[in-house]
This record gives sequence, structure tokens and C-alpha cells, in this order.
Amino acid sequence: MVVDLLDRKLVFVTGKGGVGKTTIAASLALLAAQHGRRTLVGEVDAKGNLADFFEIGPTSFKEREVSPGLWAMSMDTEESLKEYLRLQLKIPLVARLGPLARTFDFVANAAPGVKEILTIGKFLWEVRERRYDLVVVDAVATGHITGQLAAPQAIQELVQVGLVRDQTGWMLDILGDPAQTGVVIVAAPEEMPVNETLELVDRLAAETVVDLAAVVANRVLPELFARGEEAVFDQLDEPAIEAVLSDALGTSVRPILDGAQLAVTLRRTRGAHLARLRAELPEGTPLLYVPYLFQRSHGARATHQVAEHLGDELGL
Amino acid sequence: MSWGSDMPTKRTRPAASTGSIEQLLAAKEIVIHCGSGGVGKTTTAAAAAAMAAVHHGGKVLVLTVDPAKRLANALGLETFGNREIQVPPAAFAEAGVEPRGELWAAMLDTKQSWDDLVRRHAPDAATCAAILANPLYKNITGRFVQSHDYIAMERLYEIHASGSYDLIVVDTPPTRNAIDFLEAPERMADFFSSRLLRWLTVPARSRVLSMASKPFYSVADRILGSKLLEDIAEFFLLFQTMYEGFVDRAQAVTRTLADKRTTFVVVSTLESAPVREAEFFIDALDERGLHLGAVVLNKVLPSWFLDKGATGAAKALVNRSEVLAAELPDSLGEPVQVARVLREVGESFLNFQVVAKREAEMRAELSAAPEVVATIEYFDHDITDLSGLLALGQQIWR
Repeated sequence: MVVDLLDRKLVFVTGKGGVGKTTIAASLALLAAQHGRRTLVGEVDAKGNLADFFEIGPTSFKEREVSPGLWAMSMDTEESLKEYLRLQLKIPLVARLGPLARTFDFVANAAPGVKEILTIGKFLWEVRERRYDLVVVDAVATGHITGQLAAPQAIQELVQVGLVRDQTGWMLDILGDPAQTGVVIVAAPEEMPVNETLELVDRLAAETVVDLAAVVANRVLPELFARGEEAVFDQLDEPAIEAVLSDALGTSVRPILDGAQLAVTLRRTRGAHLARLRAELPEGTPLLYVPYLFQRSHGARATHQVAEHLGDELGL
Repeated sequence: MSWGSDMPTKRTRPAASTGSIEQLLAAKEIVIHCGSGGVGKTTTAAAAAAMAAVHHGGKVLVLTVDPAKRLANALGLETFGNREIQVPPAAFAEAGVEPRGELWAAMLDTKQSWDDLVRRHAPDAATCAAILANPLYKNITGRFVQSHDYIAMERLYEIHASGSYDLIVVDTPPTRNAIDFLEAPERMADFFSSRLLRWLTVPARSRVLSMASKPFYSVADRILGSKLLEDIAEFFLLFQTMYEGFVDRAQAVTRTLADKRTTFVVVSTLESAPVREAEFFIDALDERGLHLGAVVLNKVLPSWFLDKGATGAAKALVNRSEVLAAELPDSLGEPVQVARVLREVGESFLNFQVVAKREAEMRAELSAAPEVVATIEYFDHDITDLSGLLALGQQIWR
């Protein structure tokens, strides 16, 4: 069963460092909001740069509306714990937690799974409370995502009693329901990102209950030439032809031919990685293409453009 | 923006005596490559190490975190492991070079390295066995605060102290925050002397709780359950037997990073996020008094994309494609088709030029600080053998 991406309730966006994970998360959230979904986009890394993609100031744990129907926040596990205690224990623990704040980080790190569960727990909570139609998480990179998604199971195994343990049941229900939750892996058409994507697909299936929603091939270079045109291009390279062109242009055409050659070979090398990705993904996995953007910067403009491309790919 | 007292004061860095990567690698014993994920740290580190082995001689080790299989193949190795192995001389012969020295390679195996560390520091065999068998051990070493970062620096220290290599080139683990590994040894030492650890280990020693720790336990009990707390306490109690060994070691690792024989190479592409991280990193090195040896800019578009004459020519190809196509011999193909190719070629150039201009801007920002800036042009193919690696190394060498 393939559930339409925007019809899910919770989407984790991951990928190898440098592939444009945050770009895709931001654009996907924007697209959802543009299509009438009340959307929350949250970054897991408080030092992240999600804010840059919407040209807004720094984000915080308290979400705020950044464009119509779209709210943004960044994770802070300490804040998440406070909120959780307040909601669960119904007592204002903030004051009592004060002296413990310094040591909290150590507890969270020392007790396996606690930090992870406070992170994904917050997003799962938002889904359970139905405060948003869609929650998009700019999650951790491929190397760490399974640890985070498998945290509820790890907690169940390690912790026999206690509040945290009690929470794992409903979390797993939401995580394991493909109609609600899915992972989007972002890959660039290069060797390592493709390797890590394929490895993660296997690990997701083996170590977590979460469904693979889609793979995004980001920064796909355009095909310059149609059938037969490459032969024409190859001939332009011949000294006699090059000379005619340079003469007509009044300057050397060499850099331009070199530039096109670079574009052609880059496209070809990357095409091979892309083909491998396509061939080795489980059958039926939606593979969405987002083109390389030849533009000035990676701010809100790029977010809007990528959202548009994603919309086209999703048939919206 | 104000220029108030909260502006960080730039310390004046001692003028680097090195003018190139070649000199840097000849003068230093430890070269640590850092930068954000996906910028090509591993490949750059391997290329630099290969160049040093070829030109400087001696025993050179490249210590890497998670090499692509292709990189292992490029070095003529089947696999990498925690143990160092020599890159076969045949791989150099195949590349047509006769290296003056030897190239060795090793990969960081976090679990294995932690186990080794425990074996080294455990006071007796029973404690060692108890720690290695503890169910929390794997989890904690796997997920513990920057456990990978710490172990990478620890392993570097160990190899350097063994005196087996003239030069060690390191590639750092992918972290969310590239400076994490600089702080990892210190944090590790902090952790072992933290109050929390004492608190956690109290109940195992005595059931009498002090007033100070009571609220902590009541909260922690309700959240985590007392059974888990006890498990953790037992684990840390075992770990504490290694306290002194660990803290000494962590301090020694920190000293190695600050040693004059150690230098850092910041690797970045010219995209905005990696550049910001590189700038952040350069400042972080400066604040800590660590030596910034060089900045390597990777995957940079060739500078001829900025050629002014070429811009006009590319525009002419787009705008006058039909006229130009008519001037070319008929043998090329249908004039309509030729015109379309000319247009595409011109468009493509102008597209890439936008990116090249952005990169030039980023480059100007980044090159303001360091002494040595080396550039690696965009490779249009993957590196599959040692000669490819050396060709890349050649670009940054002088």
C-alpha cells in the first residue's frame, strides 16, 4: 500500500550530510501548507538552519507560524521533558527541575533512548493530539535515524516500569502505522549518498517499525541534449569547427565547450548512481526527482522552487 | 549591529611558516581534516596522505572513519579495519609512481576501540569482564555523548604515541557539529568527575539518600523507573574504577590536539551551509589556540566559468544560434538541430556561471583568514584508483 506523502500525519526527512535534507523538509512542509494542510515543521538539531529556509529569525521549541498554515519549531530535549512532565504529571515541575537542569543532559545521554524518545515523543504527541494535519521532521542524518526511530522499542527492552515505559505503546502504534508515519530519505546522485540511502532502507525495515514513504533524488542535473544531439556536440569540439565558432563570436568558444563537456560528464556519472538507486530500491518506492537549482542562494526562494518541483513530482 | 564588548576579540594567530599543503605535511606529524558532512573530507585526507607517502617518504597513515568501499578499492585494499594495513606497493606501481615512503590505512571501529580502552583501564579481569558484559555498555558506548568523537581522538593519540608513523592524516567523524570532537576528551573527563555520576552511584553504595539528591531521585524514578536507575548505577560504578586512567588519558589526548606538531585542515565546498560551518570551525580553532594549517575548497567549479569574454560568447550562442549554425559546415547535421545544440551549450554555460559566481563570493569570504588555501576543481568522474587519488592530491599540493 502506498500512502500519498501529504496524506500522512508524520514524515521524518533524513539523508546523508550535505545532500539537502533541510531543503527538502522545509519545501515539503511548505508544499503541504500550500495545499491546505495545517503543517508543523520541526528540526531535531537546535543548531540547525531551518530558519534560513524561510528567512525568519531563529526557531525555538515553542512553534510559531512562519507562513499561512505553516508552523516551525526546533527541538530542545530539556524543554520537551518539561512539557512532558507538565502534561503528564499535571504539576508545574519547572521550578523543581531547575537545579537538575545542568545534570539533565547527562541523564538523558546516559540512559539509552531517553534523549531520542523525548525528541520523537514530542512530534508523536503533536500527531496524537491532532493539532496538525501533517508534522514534518527535519530529522538526524542517515547514520543516527534508526537509533532515534527505534528508541521506543529500546526503552521497552531496557526499562521495565516507569512513566517513560508507559508511553512507548501508543508511540509505537503511530510510528508503525504506514497511514500515519513515513520516512523520506534524501539522496544526491553521488556514490556515498546513494550507498547510505540503500543501506538505510534495509536498516529501517530490520530495526524499526516505520514505513519508507519516499526517496528524493535531489540536485539532479539536467540532460543537455536530446537523442542525436550529442553527436553534433562532439563535432563542435573539432579544431576546425571550434575555429569557425570562435571567429564568428569574436572570442574563444573553448571555455563554453569545456563547460558543456563538464555538464555532460557530470550528468553521466551521476546518472549511473541514479540508475543504481532506482534499480535497488524496493519495488513501488516513490522516487521523486528535484533538479539542481542554478541560482544565487539557498534561502526562501529555493524553498519555494523546490516545493514546486516536489508538487509536480507528486502530481499536485 | 553594534560593535560592543560582546564582539569576540580575535586573537592574533602566529604567522604560519607554511605556504603550501606540501610544506604543511612535511612539517607536521598529525593532520586532522574537518568540515561538515559530504564535503569530501575522507577523499581529501586519503589524497593528502598518498601524496605525502609518494613525495616526502617515511611511514604515512591515513586514519578514516567511514570510507566508501570505492576508496578502499582505490587504495588497493579489500577492506579497512581497526588494525592498520599497508597499501600494497603494487597499487603505486599500477599508478606509475614509485613512492619514497609507505602508505598505511586504518578505519575506526568504535565498538572495538571502546573494548580495547576498557581492557586497558580496567583494574582487574573481573571488572573488565563485568563491564563488557553489561547490557548497558553497548548502548552507552554507542550513543553516549560524542562517544565516536572521543574514541576517534583517543585512537589518534594512541597511534601517535606508538611512534610507528612519521605522519598521521585523520578524517573526522560526521557530527552535527564539527567542533564536537575537539571538546570530546574534555567532556569525557568532566563526565567522570561529575556530580551526577556520584549521585547515580550512591544508591548502590548505601541506601541512605542525602537531602540534596532526594528530589532528583523522585523525579528520575518516576520517569525512568528505579530498576533502570539501578542498572545504570551499577554500570557507572564499574566504570568508575577506571576513573583515573580515563581522565589522564583524556587530558593527554587534549594535549596532543594542541601540540605544535598537530595541525587542522578545514575542508569545505563553496555552498552556503558548509561555508558557514567552516567559518565557525576556523573561529573555534582560533579560540582554542589550535593550529589552522590550511583550508581546502573542494568541488569548486573551474575559474573559466567567470571569464568575461566567454559570457558574451555564451549569450551570443543562445541569442544568435540560428545565424551561427548557418555558418557551420552542413556535415554537422540539420541546421535546426545544430542551432538547438548551440543554444543548449550556451545556456548550460550561463547556468553554471551563476553557481560559479556564488562560489567566488563564498570563496572571498572564506579565504580572508587562512595562510594556505587549496582548491580542488569539480571532478567529473569518481575516483576509482590510486592514480585518481594522486591526481586530486596534485591539485592541492603546491
